[in-house]
This record gives sequence, C-alpha cells and structure tokens, in this order.
Amino acid sequence: MIVLRRLVSALPSVIGVIIVTFLLTRALPGDPAAYFAGPAATQQAIDEVRHQLGFDRSLPVQFVDYVKHLAQGDLGTSLSTGQPVIDELITRLPASAELTLLGLLLAVAVALPLGITAAMRPGSWVDHSCRIVATAGVSLPTFFTGLLLVYIFYYLMGWAPAPLGRLDVFYTAPPNWTGFYLIDSLIARDWETFTAALSQLALPAFTMALFSLAPLARVTRASMLAALGSEFIRTARASGLSRMRIVYVYAFRNAMLPVITTLGMVFSFLLGANVLVEKVFAWPGIGSYAIEALIASDYAPVQGFVLTMALLYVLLNLAIDLVYGLVDPRVRLEA
Amino acid sequence: MNDAGTIVELRRGVRIDRGRTPLLAVDQLSLEFRTRSGIVRALENISFDLKRGETMALVGESGSGKSVTAYAIMGINDEAARVTGGSIVFGGLDLLSADRKTLDEIRGRELAIIFQNPRVALNPIRPIGQQIADVLLRHGNVTAREAPDRAIEMLAKVRIPDPKRRAAAYPFELSGGMCQRVMIALALACEPALLIADEPTTGLDITTQAVIMDLVAELAASQHMATLLITHDLGLASEYCDRIAVMHAGHIVEIARTADLFANPRHPYTAKLIAATPGGVDRLDALTSITGNLPDLRRNNLPPCRYSERCERRAADCAEPPLPRRALSDGHVLFCQHPLPEAP
Amino acid sequence: MNQILRHARYVLGENPVTAASFGMFALFIIAAILGPTIAPYDPLASNTAQALAGPSPAHWFGTDQLGRDIFSRIIAATRLDMGIALSSVALAFGVGTIAGLAAGYRGGWLDRVVGRIVDTIMAFPLFVLAMGIVAALGNNIENIIYATAIINLPIYARLARAEANVRREAGFVEAARLCGNSETRIVLTQLFPNVMPLMMVQISLTLGYAILNAAGLSFIGLGVRPPTPEWGIMVAEGASNIISGEWWVALFPGLVLMAAVFCFNLMGDGLRDIVDPRRRT
Repeated sequence: MIVLRRLVSALPSVIGVIIVTFLLTRALPGDPAAYFAGPAATQQAIDEVRHQLGFDRSLPVQFVDYVKHLAQGDLGTSLSTGQPVIDELITRLPASAELTLLGLLLAVAVALPLGITAAMRPGSWVDHSCRIVATAGVSLPTFFTGLLLVYIFYYLMGWAPAPLGRLDVFYTAPPNWTGFYLIDSLIARDWETFTAALSQLALPAFTMALFSLAPLARVTRASMLAALGSEFIRTARASGLSRMRIVYVYAFRNAMLPVITTLGMVFSFLLGANVLVEKVFAWPGIGSYAIEALIASDYAPVQGFVLTMALLYVLLNLAIDLVYGLVDPRVRLEA
Repeated sequence: MNDAGTIVELRRGVRIDRGRTPLLAVDQLSLEFRTRSGIVRALENISFDLKRGETMALVGESGSGKSVTAYAIMGINDEAARVTGGSIVFGGLDLLSADRKTLDEIRGRELAIIFQNPRVALNPIRPIGQQIADVLLRHGNVTAREAPDRAIEMLAKVRIPDPKRRAAAYPFELSGGMCQRVMIALALACEPALLIADEPTTGLDITTQAVIMDLVAELAASQHMATLLITHDLGLASEYCDRIAVMHAGHIVEIARTADLFANPRHPYTAKLIAATPGGVDRLDALTSITGNLPDLRRNNLPPCRYSERCERRAADCAEPPLPRRALSDGHVLFCQHPLPEAP
Repeated sequence: MNQILRHARYVLGENPVTAASFGMFALFIIAAILGPTIAPYDPLASNTAQALAGPSPAHWFGTDQLGRDIFSRIIAATRLDMGIALSSVALAFGVGTIAGLAAGYRGGWLDRVVGRIVDTIMAFPLFVLAMGIVAALGNNIENIIYATAIINLPIYARLARAEANVRREAGFVEAARLCGNSETRIVLTQLFPNVMPLMMVQISLTLGYAILNAAGLSFIGLGVRPPTPEWGIMVAEGASNIISGEWWVALFPGLVLMAAVFCFNLMGDGLRDIVDPRRRT
C-alpha cells in the first residue's frame, strides 16, 4: 500500500525526466536531424533521417511518438555501431551496476564505523581523522583520485592489475546469470575468475568509494553525536541498559535516519562519478558507452544514457524512501 | 525479594540494603561544571537524608541546582560535571566511588528516575512495550519469553487503557500524560527502592498533573518506595511530600516537614517562595515576586550565603564564612545567619 | 557592519586554517587576473624537443607530451577555470535566488511552477544532466557554463524559497508593504539582503562544486578543446602518461584543481562559522 503510494508520488519525476530528455535532443539549436544523421551525412541523408525520425512533424506529435517508442523499449539506434541503443545499454548495465554497488558498499563499510566511533570518542584521533576525511573528501576530483591510485598501486607498487577493464585477457567471463562477474563466478564456483574480477574491480570501486566516503562519514558522525546527546539516551542510561544496547539499538537506529536521507545525494554523485571512473579504468559500462558516443557526435546513445541514469536515480530514491519508512515508524504511520 | 529490611544481591557482587536508615544519605555534596565561560559552582555542601518509604521534595527556582543534584545521585550528569566533595550513600553503597558497571546494575532496578517532557525522553522509533521489556530483561527479572507479558502488566499497572494493544504503540501516538505513565512504568518495572521524579508534571495540564502525581503516590505507597520529587512548584510539593528541602543557587537553605515549613518558615527565601506561590497565601493580590536574581555561579567571590545579596535582612556577618547550620526541632534544619523569627 | 567585521576577525583568528583558505583564494584570483603575463613560458608554445621532461629548475612542473611548460599552462588555466566557476555560480545564484524568493513570497502558481522545475532538475543525477545539456546545446565553453549553472540552480532556489516563506510575514516586510512598496521592490530590497549571509556560504561551496563539474566535463572531452589549457583537460591529457610513468603531466594540474576546490570548501565552512555559529559541525 505504501509502496503504491510512493510509486505514484514518483510519477511526476518520471514524467519530468521524459520531457527533459525529449527536449534535450529535439530542441537542439540548429537542425536536430543533422545531429542524428551524423557529421558525414549528405543533405539527402539528412532529409531522409529527418523524415525517418519524424522531425518534420510538429513538436507535440513528436513527443507522443517518442513516448510510444519508449514504451516499446525503442531508444533509437547508435550511428557508430549500428546497434539498437537499448541492447547496448542492457548489455553494459551490469558492469556499471557492479562497480557502483561495490563502491557504495565499501564507502558504507568504512564511513559508518568511522562516524560512529568518532561520535563515541570525541577528540580522539578517530574523531580527527573522521573530520579530515569529511572535509577533504569532498574536494577530491574523482578522475584525479582514480589516476593517482593507478599510478601508485599499478605503476609503482605493481599490486593492482592494469586498468584495462573487467577482466584480464587471459580470463573469460563466467556464464551469465546476473551479469555481475563476482556473483556469477561464485555461482560457477570459479575461484580464479572470481579473484581476477575482484582484483580488476578493486581500484575503480575504491575510487568510487573515496568520493562518497566524505558526506557519509560527516552525516554519520553528526547524527550519531546528536542521537547520543538526546534525552531518550539519558533515559536509557538511567535505566542501566548495557552500553551495547544503548549505542547500537537505541542510538544507532535513530542516527541512521539522516544517513539514509543522505544516500539520495550520495547516489546522485555516484552515478555521475561512474562516468568518470569508467573512463579512467576503461570499464565497459554505460558511462563509457556514452562518452564514446559523445565524442563521435552520436546522439541517440547519449539520450538513452541520460534517460536510463535518470530513471535509475528515480528508482533508487524510491528505494531510499521505502527503507526510511521501514526504519522510522513516524513516517509510516502518520499518513 | 522486596520486603522491609532485606539486602538485595545484584550481579557483580553489588549489594543494596533497602532497609538501611537512611536509605539515601547525601552529605556535603559539592559539584562544579567546567564550561567554556568558566567554572560553574553548581552545588555546594548539599546535605539531606531520605528514609525508606518517605516522600521528599527538592524545591527551588530554575537554576537552583535541584536537577543537578538528582542527576548526581543517578550518575547521569554531563561529562563536564565534576564532584568536588562530599558523598552520596544509597543503601550502604557509595555511589560516587562506584564504577560505571556497578551503577548500571542498580540504575533502573533499585534506583530509578522519571523525567520532564516524557515524549522526548522515550525512544521515538521503538514500541513502548519493547522499551519496558528492555529494562526488565536487563535486570534479569524475567526471561525473554515472559518479558512482553510483564511489560503489558506494567502498562496495566499505570492504568494505560487497552495495554495489550498499546504495547505496540510508539511514543508519538500517545498523549503527554500517557507518555509519562509509560515513563513511570519503565522506572517502576523492577520495583526500585527509590524513585526520583524530575519535574514530572511540568508541561502537562492541571488535571493530568493531579492524576500522574496520584499514580506515583499510590505506587510508591504500595511498594514502600521512597520518592524524591524535584519541582519548582511549592504547591505541588506541599500536596504530595512529607518533607521539603528548599534550594537556592546550589545551596540547601532549609529542610523541614511540610506542615512545619508552611507554618513556620525560618529562612527569608522560603518565606518569599511561599508568598509567591498561589495557595501559599490567601489572596491573589497578596502574591509577591522575589526580588533580585540568582548570583552568577561562575564567580569565585561568591559569599558564604548565596542568598545574601538578594536578602532584605542582610547584615555584615552574612558575608563571613562559615554559613551556620541550625538544627531546630524535629528535623527542621536551617542555613542562615539571621533567620526569621519563629512564628507564634 | 563593524560587528560583522569584528566577529569575522575573531573567527579567522581562532581558525588559522580558514584564514589560510581566504589567502589561497586571493592567490587564485591574482593568478586568474594576471594570467599569462606572469607565466614564465607561453602556455601554447610547443617544443617537441623538450617533450615529457620531468620537473626541473627550468620547468618547475615539467613539460607535457608536446613540450609545453606545465606550470605556465596551469597558471593560464586558472583564468579559464575561475571564469567558468564564477560565471556559472553567478548565474545559478542570480536566477535561482530571484526565482526562489519570488516563489516563496508569492506562493500560488508561481511557487508550483518553480517547484516543478527545481524538482525536475533534481530528479537527474547532476553530472549526467550536465553531460546531456552540453551534448544537446553544443560542445563549447559557454554551454559548460550554462549546464553548470542549471544543475546548481536548485540549491539556491530552495534556500531562497525557504527563507522567503519564513520571512514573508515578518515585521519589516509588513512595514515595507504598508509604505506602498511594490512586491518586486520588497523582494529585491528587503528579502534579498536578508538571505545574503546564508547565500555567501552556499556560493563558496558551490564554487568548489562548479570547478569539479567543469573539470569533470572537460576530462571526458566536453567543452574545452585542445590546445586550450584547463585543469581538467590537462589531467585527461596526462592520463595516458600515468601508465608509462610520467606522473607530472597529470599530477600538477590535478593537485592545483584539488587545492582550489579545497580552498573553496574551507572558505565556505569559515563563512558558515561567521554567519551562523549554530550550524557548525
């Protein structure tokens, strides 16, 4: 029931996203048909494309066409590869998803304990390092951090493999269940491929994690401090409850609420950082697909990419709302 | 387990003698707060006793140190607080020298507190039944299976209607009065020997105030539990307490049985307090306010009597230490150089 | 005014790090203004004989693959990056604040329209939206500025709207209304100055974000084209050299970029302490 209500409230965002992506390519200055026909097209080819893609019709009609195509899963065709955009996106999505999710997991695994410990021991070295991470972390340009990591861990130390994609040339991808190499190789019990995939994932995931570490650590620390200083914690102490219970069951769960809300912003950054990290590490995901298309002035993939990322973002925000509602009964019940 | 005169054995070898007289002995307690703007001498030489089953009030203006005293007994003062002298002995156990684990054994079990503003004093995202069960489980009175039912029993004891259904409710779904009942249930779940009530009815409407105080009084009587009521409302104290200790600026100025205090107030501040309390005087236009302000407790030149600077009866010797302690008849104690004359 | 300055001096005195960040900011501005005039070499002059030379007394930051002096290019890039950041933030701030104030003050359909636009922008991951806008409008520096401005607009709009909502019924606004001031005048002369302190904090933080955004876009090939020196594109140009060990080509531009962003963030935190000590973390 709540799920339904939230889905409905996300509808305006979805509509907005579709309208904007439509406008982005149809309202181009100059001749949109020329963009879609490509830089090497003759005038005749441009006219053909114009008719094919319906640019000679009025804007509202074009919009209806656009939505109709979307509903059928037709995002157009890439000029450079000749393949339907939707196919490429679906093939490449798991690569980006695996990278982003692993990065997020790493960030949470570091930021939460860091923030909690910093709040529990104010003034300690943990507290100071948490604050440094929170302030300096937001200044790190993702692409630069990635390059630095490559330099240090690949070139200097030789610990990490060459940043050339998801798997070294010697390995083949595991049989496709989820598209996530880590999961798929585990399903196939192929430990070697698992290790290989993990070692390729290490640096790019770490780069993604570094970027989201700062806001997460900052919010965790601040909200944990606020929770620990609140009146219901005083009651818990006065009831003699054990320290474990006070910190983890009472304080932590309350402190998580602002952290969950922050995840929305963190996802926005992550999805953007994804593109940059994929370029640095030659990762075959949808980000690098879009970059290649951009450079080739191939517009259909770019439009498809923006639309996909935006819809993904809307879904993620929805998920965050639902999780928040699970943890905070006030939101659930006050409707 | 909870009869008169029994010693209660808790975990970690902690023993509380519930039958000890006095049950709570606060002796020359002094406490200060270290703040950015200086050291606040919040309490100085606070001494009072509380016997088993007795009800006593700590009364004073805000800033007089009554809550600080209560929190010092419970050991839940802020990190910036530091005890600089004196002792607090509860049931034979020295609270100030006890370590945290020892204190955790008795807090919520032999020694409990209820707070002002009960809705924010409860965990907002945890059902109230579970919060009570947490306390019961902590102090080992019940098994995990029994805990939820015992929690519902407690809710019934504090007269929350439909306790079984309400146990799954969250604090925001309850009224202020109901939240205070939940707090009482939480505090009394393990039948403590002493309950501290810190301004329990401030913020509740008049009818609810009376209901809550009656409930506390009734439960205290049935469990033979001592109660320390912290309040600024002298009228409330007079209705529910056997004895009253008046506090001013971190000092206790007068302690007496309720009737004696009203019939025969000897400290100038007490008299002014009574004159400012509706019910303490016969006519509304006889209400007076107390002149002056609390002294700044960060000063290091505070006079031995911290009321002297506001006092109309101030004389030269009021500035000379020490502040004399006069024991008048029948438990009436006074800290003043020039007390009011005895009432006829 | 005096009080603000005194308080500012107190905060800066307590916080040497913040004071240092203001100093760094001044340095960047000077470098931007003076630009190529203080650079030791011509940022565009290539000298293939000297290609990929490491840092040395002659070339403090070394040379890139075309033999151009990296230090000079970094200084020249300061003007471009600062320019992009300042103009996009000015645009976002100007349009966003006015729209937000008007929406919060008037309410009604204006509020709903502005709200919808802001919500739609925020429905996108911001960098992705910037990519899309630059792709759509054309691959040049102007559009980088517009794209960065658009994605930063919501923050100002929301902040201004919240403030206007709160102050709509305030005494001084009532007084102005009674004096016969038009609504526009009220928004501009009464509400705007009151919002300024919070906005200053936000502007500083957004400047850092805008630089990161612009650098990120040029890293993936949008906006700035070679041989124009810009921090992001310089890092991109040096990226391939990292793997072969010529670290200086990418490192120095990246470090300067980081320093600039860090400087803006510290300034923002310091301004926040000056403006509203309650919000300190």
